[in-house]
Amino acid sequence: MLKDITIGQYFPGNTLIHKLDPRIKIIIISLFIFSLFFIKSFIPYIFILGFILMVVKISKVPLKFILKGIRPLLFIILITFFINIFMTRGEVLFELGPLTVTKEGLRLGFFMGIRLIFLITGTSLLTLTTSPIALTDGIEKLLTPLKRIGLPAHELAMMMTIALRFIPTLLEETDKIMKAQMARGADFESGNILNRAKNLVPLLVPLFINAFRRADELATAMEARCYRGGDNRTRLNELKLDKKDIGALVSMVVFFGIIVSTRFI
Amino acid sequence: MIKIEKATYEYKSLIDDSIQQAVKNISLEIQKGEFLVILGHNGSGKSTLAKLMNGLIIPSSGDVEVMGMNTKDEENIWNIREKAGMVFQNPDNQIVATIVEEDVAFGPENLGIPPKEIRERVDKALEVVEMVEYKSHAPHLLSGGQKQRVAIAGILAMNPDCIILDEPTAMLDPTGRIEVMNTIKKLNKVEAKTIILITHYMDEAVEADRILVMEEGNIVMEGTPKEIFSQVEKVKELGLDVPQVTELAYELKKEGIDIKNDILSIEELVELL
Amino acid sequence: MTIKLNNLTFVYNPNTPFEKKALDDISLEIREGEFIGLIGHTGSGKSTLVQHLNGLIKPTSGNIIVDGVNIVEKDANLKEIRQKVGLVFQYPEHQLFEETVYRDIAFGPKNLGLKDEQVEERVKEAMELVGLDYESLKDRSPFELSGGQKRRVAIAGVLAMKPKVLILDEPTAGLDPRGRDEILGEIQKLYQKENITIVLVSHSMEDIAKLVNRILVMHRGKIQMDDKTREVFKRADELEKMGLGVPQITKLMKILGEREKDIKDTILTVKEAKEEVLKYLRRKKDA
Repeated sequence: MLKDITIGQYFPGNTLIHKLDPRIKIIIISLFIFSLFFIKSFIPYIFILGFILMVVKISKVPLKFILKGIRPLLFIILITFFINIFMTRGEVLFELGPLTVTKEGLRLGFFMGIRLIFLITGTSLLTLTTSPIALTDGIEKLLTPLKRIGLPAHELAMMMTIALRFIPTLLEETDKIMKAQMARGADFESGNILNRAKNLVPLLVPLFINAFRRADELATAMEARCYRGGDNRTRLNELKLDKKDIGALVSMVVFFGIIVSTRFI
Repeated sequence: MIKIEKATYEYKSLIDDSIQQAVKNISLEIQKGEFLVILGHNGSGKSTLAKLMNGLIIPSSGDVEVMGMNTKDEENIWNIREKAGMVFQNPDNQIVATIVEEDVAFGPENLGIPPKEIRERVDKALEVVEMVEYKSHAPHLLSGGQKQRVAIAGILAMNPDCIILDEPTAMLDPTGRIEVMNTIKKLNKVEAKTIILITHYMDEAVEADRILVMEEGNIVMEGTPKEIFSQVEKVKELGLDVPQVTELAYELKKEGIDIKNDILSIEELVELL
Repeated sequence: MTIKLNNLTFVYNPNTPFEKKALDDISLEIREGEFIGLIGHTGSGKSTLVQHLNGLIKPTSGNIIVDGVNIVEKDANLKEIRQKVGLVFQYPEHQLFEETVYRDIAFGPKNLGLKDEQVEERVKEAMELVGLDYESLKDRSPFELSGGQKRRVAIAGVLAMKPKVLILDEPTAGLDPRGRDEILGEIQKLYQKENITIVLVSHSMEDIAKLVNRILVMHRGKIQMDDKTREVFKRADELEKMGLGVPQITKLMKILGEREKDIKDTILTVKEAKEEVLKYLRRKKDA
């Protein structure tokens, strides 16, 4: 179940999209999200869809992979869809018991549903084509100007890296502890919500204790490897902007500029 | 290389707040290029001794010097850790990055080495531990032995003169143990690194130039593997193993058979019988 | 009580690019009163196999019959199965969670729905079996004990379920030689005095040779060998090809046996080797 979530997963490749500077990709995705909220008709959606398909095509990420990423969030999409359908007043199309479906509702339901799907695919495309390391590097660099107002950009990035590194380890550990307690007759599957929450104690306590032990050992190991914060630190792969990055940024600024401007036509 | 003089390390017990001594008044000198093994059961103070050697902890009294730098001087601390690198027991809890080569680069990045040189060091280190083909893999998908070799490469990339390994094979399966031991031997013989290896495994200890046995914070035995393991009785009393062939030779001698008592390998014994 | 596996197959991540056959058509029987050693290198399927024995993993195909009950059936009472087949995981001390040793060990019996007095009795008994003093330790926090003691508490937590079959996955991993010998000694005692059938998963051929009377060798999801201890260690070359080995002493005697025709070559312990070598040396002297 947890394995199905593709947001945050990286799909290794060597395409133009993979090679773009992570900072540029983060900026483009921010533009993408920003412009989604400006769109008020279906026509610009066609262009957005075109944009997504183009990125998918160039990055060679299998479409199936992206669709799989939508599945765990399908529930939220459907709720949004139906709430909009049933809760919008307007011209009544038909009635389903106490619920009325309006023309406006149907339109808004589809509109919001599609917006959510675009949001999810867009962000998963970013993580699918950018290695976690590059992503954190990008975020760190983009946040660096904010250091002056006291934002710990390096520390944040380091925390993200370590979190990403330990997610698989902790998932594995969760599975193991769960099984070990089940071997002692623990039940994680039945009972009401309150009981279930109580039954999680034998899982969560060891998980936390082990996580702290790991954190302690990791901190010692990092210290032994001369880690002393972000100052004077160099990087194996320094981020450098080149022509393709500038080109991508400029064309995307124009593209999303046009999309946003459709709102005011 | 490393000089320890009358070092004692005290800590407060978590249970009753009493003062405990993990290492008691130890003096020791480790030569450049030496392969030293430290034995002793859990709680004998061997990990504490290791941590004293690269300034992760500072002696409560006495001195520890690494290449002439005292670990008490704060300005030396990063130079000491650069020169005396340390590998820990649990491979999972010392790998920082999500990609093998990024992790190997972590140390040199902290030292502020220019990117071009980091690249060279990382490539070289991965070559030494024979993990080049895994350089863009995610560490959590590697086997225990492979992870531990990545951890060693991470230390190697800092260009240390001395590598301290605290039970690096304790959590590995036999295949992983052999991989890591071969790497360690290579570091000592080919890369000319001073090695300090803490272990429970006697088959690893027999590879050393010198063995120290610790018990309750003291060094209770010291000598070459042959000198140590020929004292079968004493080693067993300390809660440690001897190789099975050594034990057999010892038992035979007890039965009145005229046989050397410092046999460490199958070949030696086969020849004598 | 016996455990019977019929054509057991298990596939990880079926129908994905990560598909992997972890168990491949395994059939075997674990009989009452056996002390079985399960060996194989990491990834050979050992851990997956043992997790099938108490229903923690459902097989892709095949049947598992524990004490006459097919636990693959939908309505099988898994709680009862897990009581009968105790499983001690690797580094079991990492699953301790209660505030006191008593409460942690009592977790299993309480899940079985036993009364307080029965629980207390079982905790006492289990602690005794693993050599922990009840009075002085029951109210201590398990987290302030030494590594070896923590592991004992965890093993006692499984023993308190009163299993008929006890499976231990590398119970001595990470312990020093003394701690290892103590735990192995207690396992042997459980086998001899409590009549518990034992399955020991281990990487240490020396420990296996000393303790078990039957060995299962796993390789690439299959049972490659299933025989008496001595018979399995006779096949040293095959074992080595699978990345496994034989105890040092067995290897030594094999080399000697190849050179001298009258030396028995399947020796498992130093004691046996000593007698064999002494006999040989006497013969040599007499000749």
